[in-house]
Amino acid sequence: MVRLITHNMLACHVKNCTKDNFPLSFSEVELVIRPAPENLEFIQRFLPKLDWTALVDTARSLGDETLPENMPEEWSEDQLKALHHVLMEMHVEEGNMTCRGCGHVYPISNGIPNMLLAEHEVGR
Amino acid sequence: MSLPTPYIAHLTEDDYEHVYEPAEDSFILLDALELDADLLTSKKPTICVEIGSGSGIASTFLSNLLGTDNSLIISTDINVHACQATIRTGEANNTTLNPILCNLLSPIQNRLERQIDILLFNPPYVPTDLDELIQTQIGKDIGGSWAGGNDGMIVTNIVLDRLPDLLSTNGIMYLVTVIQNKPLQIIKNMESKGLICKEIIKRRAGRELLSVLRISRNTI
Repeated sequence: MVRLITHNMLACHVKNCTKDNFPLSFSEVELVIRPAPENLEFIQRFLPKLDWTALVDTARSLGDETLPENMPEEWSEDQLKALHHVLMEMHVEEGNMTCRGCGHVYPISNGIPNMLLAEHEVGR
Repeated sequence: MSLPTPYIAHLTEDDYEHVYEPAEDSFILLDALELDADLLTSKKPTICVEIGSGSGIASTFLSNLLGTDNSLIISTDINVHACQATIRTGEANNTTLNPILCNLLSPIQNRLERQIDILLFNPPYVPTDLDELIQTQIGKDIGGSWAGGNDGMIVTNIVLDRLPDLLSTNGIMYLVTVIQNKPLQIIKNMESKGLICKEIIKRRAGRELLSVLRISRNTI
């Protein structure tokens, strides 16, 4: 269950891949919506941790158009609810995440993102 | 405040062929978190990470302690069986965990630079020869949960070396150690990096003298 809140933290970590290594692009996705209890206080607390542009682009690539292009300065309850839905209720169960920089593909299988690299791809 | 130990009866002998079965070292970590429960909830952590979640018992305990979806809890492991067990243990205890199959923090360390509020690590701490460490880490199975190389500290040191770049201003790490890891030396080492490090719980379990170190950026 790769929720978009987790996806917003994932970057390509192939050796020497430093350009366009975030966010990873979804493809061949099996998306599942699972209702989660609303905790809008948490959502608000999480705002500074988000890369907003990455989140909006990713949500749109999965067909959710509810988030505004720019992060609101003042949040209405409806906007926070929409953000809750995108972050906490959209689960990618199967699919691929591709680095826009180096093209590396990270598969998602049974809800688990496989971010392991082969020995020769590992940096640091 | 008394929190129930997470339910793990859904994990079977077959699971424990590939995933470390919770034992005294797992439970001492839960006890340390429980000891600090008021502190942890009062800090309102937003991002928590467990490295090497195994069965998922510690991530689940932390999630229930903080309240489900009251913080983001990311659980990494290099063992796919462990990632699956982590999801199941979360579900069996009515919480949603977020496993990532990866080495340590590799795919998240850029985004989470100085952003981690709580970091849990029950590392492969058993002293072994280096070859055993390397083979078990490459094998990505149950051996990787304990074989720790020289002083049992090879994997732990990789994380501790980066710790100042990982913890948020209020960040706290909980680290399980055994006496062979030389906890006093770890404390000195952390202090030399400007961090605050304290042994908060210590106990003998069979042959092992276990302790949990709490490492933080600021005084607690």
